[in-house]
Amino acid sequence: MATFVIRRMGFLALTVILTSLVIFIITQMLPGDVARVVLGREAGEAALEAFREENGLNDPLPVQYGRWLMDFVTGDWGHSLSTRSAIFPVVMDRLRNSLLLAGMTMLVGVPLSIILGIIAGLNEDKLADNTISIGALTVVGLPEFVTGLVLIQIFSRWLGWLPANSSIAPDATFAEKLPMLILPAMTATMVLLAYISRMTRAGVIEELKRPYVRTATLKGLPRRAVIFNHVLRNSLIPAITVIAISFGWLISGLIVIENVFNYPGLGRLLVFAIDRQDLPLIQAVAMVAVVSFALANLAADLIYARLNPRIRLE
Amino acid sequence: MPVQSKMSLTPDSPLSVNPSRISRWAGAFHALFSTKATALGTTIVLIFVVVAFIAPLIAPYGVNEQIYSDARQAPSADHWFGTDHLGRDVFSRVLYGASDILFLAGLGTAMAVMCGTAVGLLSGYAGGMVDEIMMRFFDSLLAMPALLLALLLLGTLGPSRNSVFIVMVIVYTPIVARVVRSVVLSVRSKGFVEAARLQGESIEWVLFREILPSVTPTLAVEAALRFSYAIFLVASLGFLGVGVQPPSPNWGLMVNEARPHVGQLPWALFFPAAAIAIVVIGVNLMADGVKRLLQA
Repeated sequence: MATFVIRRMGFLALTVILTSLVIFIITQMLPGDVARVVLGREAGEAALEAFREENGLNDPLPVQYGRWLMDFVTGDWGHSLSTRSAIFPVVMDRLRNSLLLAGMTMLVGVPLSIILGIIAGLNEDKLADNTISIGALTVVGLPEFVTGLVLIQIFSRWLGWLPANSSIAPDATFAEKLPMLILPAMTATMVLLAYISRMTRAGVIEELKRPYVRTATLKGLPRRAVIFNHVLRNSLIPAITVIAISFGWLISGLIVIENVFNYPGLGRLLVFAIDRQDLPLIQAVAMVAVVSFALANLAADLIYARLNPRIRLE
Repeated sequence: MPVQSKMSLTPDSPLSVNPSRISRWAGAFHALFSTKATALGTTIVLIFVVVAFIAPLIAPYGVNEQIYSDARQAPSADHWFGTDHLGRDVFSRVLYGASDILFLAGLGTAMAVMCGTAVGLLSGYAGGMVDEIMMRFFDSLLAMPALLLALLLLGTLGPSRNSVFIVMVIVYTPIVARVVRSVVLSVRSKGFVEAARLQGESIEWVLFREILPSVTPTLAVEAALRFSYAIFLVASLGFLGVGVQPPSPNWGLMVNEARPHVGQLPWALFFPAAAIAIVVIGVNLMADGVKRLLQA
């Protein structure tokens, strides 16, 4: 197991470095001159040149990339071009909010999707399955902003139970945050629901066809015991991989959802930064998102290896 | 047999009618209506495609025509879906929006599928270093959630219709290429490929005539899936305001523009949102049918 963990960590580092290179290259192609953006329209050519020299903008690109990556690793993320404030604390603050929302979603969404998937799988092609499968199929395709707006219409405009705007204050307590978290979390749950439940369903159906299930049934075990002791344990393995993959979906989904609900997370910060072509801010947010995604994948790999010894012996 | 494979494939000029090809198309068409759900999906998509083509003929008003006297009206006989805050007819804009989203998503998907197929075929067939480098490069692109990559690229390219198209191609090509490559790897050591190569066929022949047919079913499923995601992406980028720009009748953008007025003019938000929902559900049901059929 130890070598497996170390190898996976190595992979993770490699992926993050390669992706950081992609992010760096893409953002380097951004139109506009950073020096001019920072110093303003009236700055003279001498001042611009001095700024470029001082900030290493004249260095060859590989040197700039190396410095940028080192700065990122050491937490020196510089200042935002549009708000002039230090980037690190802002991004960390937004990251906390996004993780809170993602955590809430996983906490509710994952068990719910797995339960629905199991119900559908055990009742293959019966009414319960068809209802769940068609429901998942229709919900999966709806863009998050449509789902979000529908939920806002129902729960805040018609019923008036929950706020439509989730712009939580930085110093709000959890009890104050909770009502504002429910609608965004519900919307994000829809994103997960379809994928995880369909995967669980497929896993259950496949396991039910295995010979050991027939053996267990024929030797007289009650169906309940067959399902809980044998089928579910094995059929959850594919579902866990999907949870990892769906974390990527969740990040994409949260970018949109945070914008629907005005939720102060990384996704909204990213769209804000892109609107203003705020280069260092875009880079920082993208890197943080990529690192969290990679970490989530690592976690899923480890859980998977723990559940399925064959993987780590490969 | 492998020696004859070329013979049986050569009479392929568009004039010589090949009966098996027709029946295959008829079969595919039949399949798109095989189950109730798939038939519903296909019907929805076909209706929207027709609307996309004939929108200029059937729309009662121009796409950006502002009727000041009728601004902010609820749905009525004159304006079926009401008018928005600028006095534009929502019904006409939703009709025009069908072509906006379907053509953009369709072109993006088609281009990504073509590029992805070419790269996947070459990379999988070449193997070795070329394959390794391509795949590591794609891995690093795919290590980013799709929307994040799309937003980064849009930040660089600036928001416009062309940028959205380029973004779709860049985001989906690696995904298609990987799928194609995996099929190529599984068939390239088969006898018929080997035979064609030993027979001295050109690399184009081996790739497109020997290997590509094995890839087609998987590719069709992938293309259908990509198309549904592409619609999703175009709408979402429009909604975020970083994709297609005003005054385009992009449904996502229309929802975005209608949001500040949702209290007084809910219809300006509701109809484009419903159009997105219906078309996405239609494409998904259809894609699901294609998938079930070809992967059975």
